[in-house]
Amino acid sequence: MRDVAVISFAQAKNVRDAGAVNEVEIIMPVVAEAIAQSGLARSEIDFTCSGSSDYLQGAPFAFVMALDGAGAWPPISESHVEMDAAWALYESWVKIQSGHADSALIYGFSKASSGKLREVLNLQLDPYCVAPLGIDSVSLAALQARALLEKSAYSEKDFAEVAVRNRANAKNNPKAQLAGDYSVDEILAEPCLVSPLRKHDCAPISDGASVIVIAAGDIARRVCKRPAWIRGIDHRIEPHSLGARDLTVSASTRLAAEKAGVNQGPIDIAELHAPFTHQELILRDALQLKDDVEINPSGGALAGNPMMTAGLSRIGEAASRIISGQANRGVAHATSGPCLQQNLVCVLEGE
Amino acid sequence: MSEPITQIVTPTSLDYTFTAGGATERFLRGLKDGKILGQRCPKCQLVIVPARGACARCGVPTEDDVELADTGTMTTYTIVHIPVPGSDVKPPFVAATIFLDGADIGLFHLVHEVSLDKIRPGMRVKASWKPQEDWGFSLTNIRYFVPLDEPDVDVTELERRIAHA
Repeated sequence: MRDVAVISFAQAKNVRDAGAVNEVEIIMPVVAEAIAQSGLARSEIDFTCSGSSDYLQGAPFAFVMALDGAGAWPPISESHVEMDAAWALYESWVKIQSGHADSALIYGFSKASSGKLREVLNLQLDPYCVAPLGIDSVSLAALQARALLEKSAYSEKDFAEVAVRNRANAKNNPKAQLAGDYSVDEILAEPCLVSPLRKHDCAPISDGASVIVIAAGDIARRVCKRPAWIRGIDHRIEPHSLGARDLTVSASTRLAAEKAGVNQGPIDIAELHAPFTHQELILRDALQLKDDVEINPSGGALAGNPMMTAGLSRIGEAASRIISGQANRGVAHATSGPCLQQNLVCVLEGE
Repeated sequence: MSEPITQIVTPTSLDYTFTAGGATERFLRGLKDGKILGQRCPKCQLVIVPARGACARCGVPTEDDVELADTGTMTTYTIVHIPVPGSDVKPPFVAATIFLDGADIGLFHLVHEVSLDKIRPGMRVKASWKPQEDWGFSLTNIRYFVPLDEPDVDVTELERRIAHA
């Protein structure tokens, strides 16, 4: 296996509505910032891979337009995943492992404000028997939350505690969309949005973009004082049928964590892509995180959840704390699909 | 045996508020006033049209707006013999790449009112605008381009300049 590290991370400010700017205008300054910070020139980066969804953009092959933001001249080696860009990072990591590249630029973006996100996400469901019912992403998450309350010792108070901590952590994140001081009692006094979930249990709808640069061994050491080495990375998926899964646990996260070697060493920080508070509890258990692990120092997806890149941002947030020396070994997680259907786990470590 | 189910209908519709972007918005507003706006790339110095807010080659933001002439040089072209859905232009007509004077990237548009055996790369052309009262935020404010009575331009020279930028 080749040593590969995250050497740079940048993200746009997460906002509810980026207004009249287009995707290219959102991406471009973030790409420029990440490249400048990486210490590599654009021409020195071998591979480019992005994550986005045409359904969010409302145009076919919309990711091709976004290339304007990444700089594709002289012609570049490029790929795209119709998934969170955390999976674009995985593809890039595989590309480097295969010896076909030594460095890669990964970006993800979305402007959910262009459409109605809850309706768009309905279309990822089984088109014959589930999608026509019109059930949306928040309702499905609520179904999962209810199952968790019934089956486990967790209560709505535990959900609220997750919200309080993430919102408070987000105060130190200048890119956060939602941050602030709340109390558990305050949150529990609020009405349910979709029972048992309250507004604070749900990630906001966000426009945004994030960018990571990764590089192999010597290149990473040359340009970065303290690279965040990817010690393990794995992703697993569960059946499409919601009825075929136990929604109260995350078997795919547990398996990916085992393959990535999460518990082969002490973990300082975890950045978990949990768009709903109860999902953070499920993920914590699946990853078997100890009580002393600092979870979502950035505020997590509850602080800002740009689709197709909030997962990549979790890797970036964990990596940047290792690069800066604040943490030594961290785990980052990304999710895709309804109710944590697909999960990616990445273990990062300093030297 | 029961009848096979060959299809089911599950109506789906999504509404989007599409945003052209800051630079393209200025380009479209310019057209409403009869102006064609390009942008100069701060890195390679090429003038890009339509203005997109980015240089697709360099991947850097472009902020410097440049007003372009509505005259230019046709480089490559094709003669279209079939009607285009939704277009008022009757075939045969010419679809062409036109380098507007002052621009370094070809603009795609139509060329008309020309005898087809006279079509050639390097031909000078000028925009034929719709009546001003019909102008909207659209490149279709220009119906098509028509030949201009000027000497041809050396296209290889034009293309070499761009390739080496």
